Formats: sequence, structure tokens, C-alpha cells
Amino acid sequence: MKSGNRILTCLVLLAAVVGFAGCKKKTPPPTSTAPEINAPAPTAQLTATPTTVTAGDQVVLSWRTSNATSISIDGIGDVPSSGVKTVTPSESTSYHLVARGDGGSADATARVTVNPVQNAVAVNNDMSSSNLTEEEQFKANVQDIFFDYDSYDVGSNASGALSKSAAFLAQHPNIKVLIGGYCDERGSNEYNLTLGQSRANSAKNALVQAGIAENRIRVVSYGKEKPFCTESTEECWQQNRRAGFSIDR
Amino acid sequence: MTVSFRNLSRLLAAIAILLAPALQTTALHAQDWVRTGSGLSNQRIRIAAADFKPVGNDPQTPEFKTIFDATLFSDLSNAGVFDMVSKSMAPTATPGSPQEISLPQWAADPANASMVALGALSVTNGRLTVSGWVLDAKNPASPPVLGKQYGDAASQDNARAIAHRFADDIIARLSGMNGIAETKIYFVSARSGTKEIWAMDYDGQNEHIVTRLGSTSLSPRISPDNTRVAFSSIGKEGWAIRMYSLELGRMVAFPGGAAGGSNFSPAWSGDGSKIAFSSSRSGDPEIWVADSTGGNLHKLTSFHGPDVAPTWNPKTNSQIAWVSGRTGLPQIYTMDADGANIQRMTDGGYAISPSWSPSGQFLSFSWNRKYGPGAPGGQDIYVMDIASKRWLQLTHDAGSNDYPSWSPDGRHLVFERAIGGRTEIWTMLADGTEQHQLTHSGKDFMPNWSWK
Repeated sequence: MKSGNRILTCLVLLAAVVGFAGCKKKTPPPTSTAPEINAPAPTAQLTATPTTVTAGDQVVLSWRTSNATSISIDGIGDVPSSGVKTVTPSESTSYHLVARGDGGSADATARVTVNPVQNAVAVNNDMSSSNLTEEEQFKANVQDIFFDYDSYDVGSNASGALSKSAAFLAQHPNIKVLIGGYCDERGSNEYNLTLGQSRANSAKNALVQAGIAENRIRVVSYGKEKPFCTESTEECWQQNRRAGFSIDR
Repeated sequence: MTVSFRNLSRLLAAIAILLAPALQTTALHAQDWVRTGSGLSNQRIRIAAADFKPVGNDPQTPEFKTIFDATLFSDLSNAGVFDMVSKSMAPTATPGSPQEISLPQWAADPANASMVALGALSVTNGRLTVSGWVLDAKNPASPPVLGKQYGDAASQDNARAIAHRFADDIIARLSGMNGIAETKIYFVSARSGTKEIWAMDYDGQNEHIVTRLGSTSLSPRISPDNTRVAFSSIGKEGWAIRMYSLELGRMVAFPGGAAGGSNFSPAWSGDGSKIAFSSSRSGDPEIWVADSTGGNLHKLTSFHGPDVAPTWNPKTNSQIAWVSGRTGLPQIYTMDADGANIQRMTDGGYAISPSWSPSGQFLSFSWNRKYGPGAPGGQDIYVMDIASKRWLQLTHDAGSNDYPSWSPDGRHLVFERAIGGRTEIWTMLADGTEQHQLTHSGKDFMPNWSWK
């Protein structure tokens, strides 16, 4: 049953990723201005995953540029020539990247739609009035958290999601949680399995500190053995650097 | 004391001239310390493997003879101690015994062999019999260097097995070290749909599945006596160290391997009495040691961050190398077998999967020295001299390489190489030369070379 849920989760995420990949192709090509002779024009790509979230959720920005000496994202500042960054927008935001080089400049934009928190409020106010199943409520309130490259520390970006998870679990004392630790495809299986274990442990510790009983939480590492996303891209790798929550039955 | 400017510049020029050849020599022989330490620097013996003489008229004989000849030639080539006479330069004769060979023909150009391996093969009543000799081509009057007879049930597998035995006898006689032609490589393959433990001969022949657990099984490690395979497998209680008996052909108990938390990457001590592995049963993933029966557990490391992939110094069994993420990116460390005297071996990057050489002198591991977002670094196999921490890169610009494992003769490494989503098992000599691909399914991982 647990694996069934996980497969379903994987399928939903996979569908989201495939849909997202489709969107990416429709992004207009980067515009470049007045390239100088002999200097190649910069190129820039910027994507956000997912493109629609609920307030408090994490969004992964991923960018790649070439031939640029100065790259910045509005509201974030100067960034490396390629990379990923986790942000937590409170309202719908257009992230705008500008890459400047000797050959001119290029820019790229990624739009994130942020919906106000609704499910959590409904559940918090009156559980019985909700038509959602326990499973659906869990999914709506206990969301996966993402980790930086080779890190197992719960970042400040994830604290909102974890507080929401802890509040939901406190109101549903019969639910037991399974936390899965996941890693991206790079590096060794063996090391990634321990890294995934440390990620799942970090998420567990955060919930325990928020008052959830330790014996309600089970952790397991999947390393890179059960990826949510199987492409070799920064977007996909960030999707896989996570602690995933499910009901432990 | 004064030195005129002119004299000083003359002196410097003279030093430069003196040093130039020395520097060049150093560059040319960067691999020398590895070659010396792994026994690859010895003068190679020029040997010819004559095609064996088929005897009798059993219809299976020609097929077995073809397999035997090819396997023997390949084993001697792979050994890393011979300079093989190519079949095209060797006389076409197939002498079946020392009485039937004209040695001067083999000693002369173009064959120019120092040694000749020869013999006869026959099938009688379902039994394969091979008589093999090695003769000193430069001293026709001397008695055979080696003469042996082998027999087994007639089959393709046994034709290969007998060739391996004869090759190992030749290698032992001529190089003074045990050969590897009869060794096995255990690995993970997903070709059946799930990741299971598989085994094959050292040359990639005879691939076969070992476990059928239907989950995900990783990190196989064969026991020093070839009787059991320890590995990590995920079940309903999470990741456990599990044990498969090759003698019984089934799983056997390893009680300490499943006590809660995730358990990964088992490693046998060289005497087979202990197994080190990574376990998070106390919270953080740490290195633990158990008796090989699965009892008497104790924890060796205590530091925040992942600890995994232990490997024992097989020479002394008194040290363990492993991977720790205690300072951020994973690095290779060594410690005494009681957890004391921790030394960091790598100075940065992303270093994983150590394997300790049989001589105790070297570590091989996988290293990405320029790891980071957007960095173009490759994951490559390295070998390090433990005493000096001097290292040599063995693989270059060819996919992502991981899980090196030493052959028992210390002259070879087997490793995993991923190129474009296909992962295969490869071997090479310990100086990085003679790289050969062993598997071809695209789903083969984590090789481990048997101890004998």
C-alpha cells in the first residue's frame, strides 16, 4: 500500500515534470541585443519548478547562461553563470534574469503563480466539514521539503512547510509518518543513501522539535534508487534532493 | 662573497640544462611508483600460447579446443606480466607435447618467444582431458618449466575453467604470484527488472544471477573464503545487511545487520572474521563492526554527518578506510580498527568508494576533484600511496567512474563506468592501462573482485 502511494506520488510528480518540460519548450528564445564583432552573444535560460504553488511552498529556480560575465536575477542579485536556488514567494512573481557579456546581453523570465493558503485553513477550522479524505488532507498539508546541493540541513525556506506539517500532524494524532530521503543522480549510490538518511533524519528532527512524538515517525533512505525525476538537468536534480512525506500504514 | 651577474646567469643556465632531462623523465614516469608497487614494472616475459592439439574424434573436441585456446590466450594477455606473441607471428604448428615441438622455430623471429605454452585436448566418454606444458624456448635442452594434466566433465564452461586453471598455474610458476584467471567478480545488475546481486568470471564470461529478492540489493562483498556474499537490501524494515550462502544456494541469517535504521555497504576483514558497515541505528549514519556471524556489534565512528563505504586494510586487518561527509563534501579517511587515529586522505572535491589494495600500500577510490554546481569535473578512478598521499589519476575523459575494487594479485582494478545513462563493469591494470569493458547490459553496477 505504501509503495502504491509512492508510485502514485511519483506519477503525479512525473506528470508535473513532463508538463513542465513541455512548457519550457514554449519559452521564447532569449533576446540578445547588439552583439559586438568577435564576441559571442550571451545566452540565458531560467526556469521555475513548480510554476504554481501555494503560499509558503518552495520553488526551485534553475538557470544556465553562456558567454556572460555578469549575471543577476531581479530581487536576488548577482548569481553564478549557472545554478539553482530555492525561493519561497509569498505572492505571484516573475523572476527576471539578465546576463551581460562582451557580446551584448540576454535575459530570461520565469513566472510563478502563488495561490493563497486555503486547504490548511479549511482543515484547521473544521476537519469534519472537509470532503477531503485523510490521504488528501495529508497531501495538502504535509509537503515535501527540498535540500541544497550535498546538504542535509533543513533550510529556512523549508521551515514554513515544516510548521504547517507539524500543525497538521498535531491535529491528527493517529497518523504515522514515513519520511523518505532522496538524492539526485550524481555521486555514489552508497554515499547518497547515507545522505538521504541524513536528510530524512533532519526532517524528522524538525518535526520532533515542533512537538510531534518521535515514535510516530519512521525514516527510510532511497538515495538515488527511486528518483522522482530522471532527467540529467539541474531542475530535475533539485526535484530529487528532498525529504518526502507519506502516511505510514 | 660576490657573484657577478654574468656568472650567476651562467650558473642558472647550467642548472636549467642539467635539470631539463630530469624533469622530463619525471613526467614520463609519473606512473612508476604505482607500477612498482603493483608489480607491473617487472620485465614482461615474452610467451607464446600455441593452439592446442585436438586428439581423438569426438565431435565436441573442436568446439572445446576453440574455447580453450581463446581463453588461455586471453588469460595470459590479461595477467599484466607477459608480452604475448600474437597468433599471427607464431608458427602455425600445433604441437601436442614437448616431443612434437621444434623450439628453435618459436625462439626465432618473428615469434621470438622466451616461453611456449602448448598441449593437447581430448574428449572421451563425456570427459574433457587437457595436458599442458610450458617450455623454455631459449634452452631447448632443459626440462619443461611446467607440465600438468587437467580433467573435468566435458562442457564449454569446463573448457574455460581448465584454461583458467592452466593459466593460473603458468602465472604462478613464471611470476611467482597467484594469477587471477579463476577469480570472480560480484556485481549489481538491474537487467532482470530489479537490482539483484550477480556474478561472473573475471573476464566477463559466465554472467549469472545470484539473488532473486525482487527489491533493491546493493554493494555486494564476497567473503575472503568465497562462501558468502554480504550486501545491502531494502525490505519492509528498511535497509539491512543481508547474507547469501554460495554453498547452500540461499539466504542465511546475519542478525546484526537489520537492527533498525538504514544499514549499508558491508566490508569483510581480510581474515573473514569481521564485517564493517554503515548503520544509522543510533541516528546518524556511522561505521559499525560486527563479527561475521552477525553478533558482537560496536560503533567505531561518532561524528555528525554521513559515514559509509568502509574497506579494511587486507594486509593487517588493523585499519579501515571509509567515506565521511563530516566536513561537507565526502572525503576519504583512514582510522585504526578501534576507531582511533583518524587521518584524512583527500584534500577536497568529492571522494568516495575506497578499496584497499591487497599489499596494504594503496587505496583506490573515485574522486571528482572539481565538484560543484556548473563545474566540469569528472568522476574518475584514482590510486593513492597511503604513506605519502601521492596520487595518480587512472581514468580520463571517459564517463563517470566509481566503485574500484582490487584484484587479489594487486595488479588490476575492476570498476563501474557510466556513459550516457548506460552503466557497465570495466577492468584495467593498476596503472590505468589496458581498460576493457566486461558487461554489456547497460545496467551493471558496483563490482567487487573476489579474494581468490
